[in-house]
Amino acid sequence: MPDLGKYAAEVLAAYGVSLLLLAGLVVLSLRKGRKARATLAEVEGRKHG
Amino acid sequence: MSLWEYANPVKFLGLSARVQPFVWGGAGLCLAVGLLWGFFATPDDYRQGSTVKIIYLHVPAALMAINAWFMMLVASLIWLIRRHHVSALAAKAAAPVGILMTVIALITGAIWGQPMWGTWWAWDPRLTSFLILFLFYLGYIALWEAVEDPDTAADLTAVLCLVGSVFAVLSRYAVKFWNQGLHQGTSVPLATGGRTVSDVFFYPLLISMIGFGLLFLALVLYRTGTEIRLRRARALLARSERGA
Amino acid sequence: MIALLRRDLMLAFRAGGGFGLGLAFFLIVTVLVPFSVGPQSDLLATIAPGVLWLGALLACLLSLDRLLALDFEDGTLDLLATAPLPLEAALSVKALSHWLTTGLPLVLAAPLLGVMLNLAPSGYLWLVASLGLGTPALSAIGAFGAALTVGIKRGGLLMSLLVLPLYVPTLIFGAETARRGAMGLDATTPLILLAGITFGTIALMPFASAAVLRMTLR
Repeated sequence: MPDLGKYAAEVLAAYGVSLLLLAGLVVLSLRKGRKARATLAEVEGRKHG
Repeated sequence: MSLWEYANPVKFLGLSARVQPFVWGGAGLCLAVGLLWGFFATPDDYRQGSTVKIIYLHVPAALMAINAWFMMLVASLIWLIRRHHVSALAAKAAAPVGILMTVIALITGAIWGQPMWGTWWAWDPRLTSFLILFLFYLGYIALWEAVEDPDTAADLTAVLCLVGSVFAVLSRYAVKFWNQGLHQGTSVPLATGGRTVSDVFFYPLLISMIGFGLLFLALVLYRTGTEIRLRRARALLARSERGA
Repeated sequence: MIALLRRDLMLAFRAGGGFGLGLAFFLIVTVLVPFSVGPQSDLLATIAPGVLWLGALLACLLSLDRLLALDFEDGTLDLLATAPLPLEAALSVKALSHWLTTGLPLVLAAPLLGVMLNLAPSGYLWLVASLGLGTPALSAIGAFGAALTVGIKRGGLLMSLLVLPLYVPTLIFGAETARRGAMGLDATTPLILLAGITFGTIALMPFASAAVLRMTLR
């Protein structure tokens, strides 16, 4: 852990918030993508089945 | 063989599936290297102390916030002129990523501004322009959500994107005229013709920028695929209902 | 074109047409400002140009959903779209009638409200000039916003979200003109830039509005 001096709170907060937001978007995108795949598979299955 | 072949949704999905592992991997690698290098292995600035480390998030996010809008502008133009659905859906898929980048740039900027400028927020031209960009993203996404017919939604949002781009540029100049700012000049060398950041900080910053760019690309590819599948499911459902 | 303009104006002036609503809104907003910031006359004088500009902008925005919505509901827009008159011209006329019924009264009422907000004497001419030059742009941009959201149910709030960011440059230059004028400075530069924006939007926005309207009507 590097010595962040008196600004440790700011630096860590900036990294924390940003990485959290990015991770959140990735997770949301993946979840929506999986749901879309499932929906499409179901609809296509219904048509042929 | 031309680039336009990938306007075919099936071809696009195929290519996208093939390149995505590399793009995601590259994004993860660059982000890890850039951010870890920046966080652990760069010295503190003699004036800013350790807050200089925020640059590795702030600058790439701001860069991608603008580039995302630009990508949406190009995709909208392609949709309006050549009417490739993939293009319209790519613009739709990029908007939430763009707004997130804008938010990250604003938040990290505020966190940096508090100890350095003594304020979370100032009505500085750059800050204000980003706030306006945020509003444009918000309107664009809201319009996509509001229009029911997908093709009309694509049309309307594409025109909004074009008009919005013109007004975003106008606002940028208006805001510059209105208030001279606190914010330092750009640290992107392409825009200034030379380096304004010293090497120690620049290399991790560059890697982080590439990482953010790749992450944006990966997200847009993935989300576009999602939109294509949703659209296809919707079309199939409509067809089967009509057939029944 | 003249017939369309006359029809729109007559509809606006007739009872329930909404003429005067924008003006009343402008008046009320201006009256509410001293209640919210306090009655100190020097403070009011400082913020008067900005408040008057913001009030005029909101009054314009408020009346926008009447610009096309009624014509969309009763099918007039479909007729206009197939009429020999180009849709661009029809929308220019619509924006013009919106300006005549909303913008122009605001420009004329602004000096009166300026007195109530203790505006500096040197500011009146600049205020009227900036509003007179700026409000047509608000109407032209507003027509685009109205065309964009006319097909959406309950699109009023969405329209505000879409139109307000587009109003930023006009507001900045307009309010800057009025502010500099009130401070006794030379305000020609922002006024010229404001005129540039206004003429640009009047010339180009009808094309965007008509394109968007065709997409909605298709």
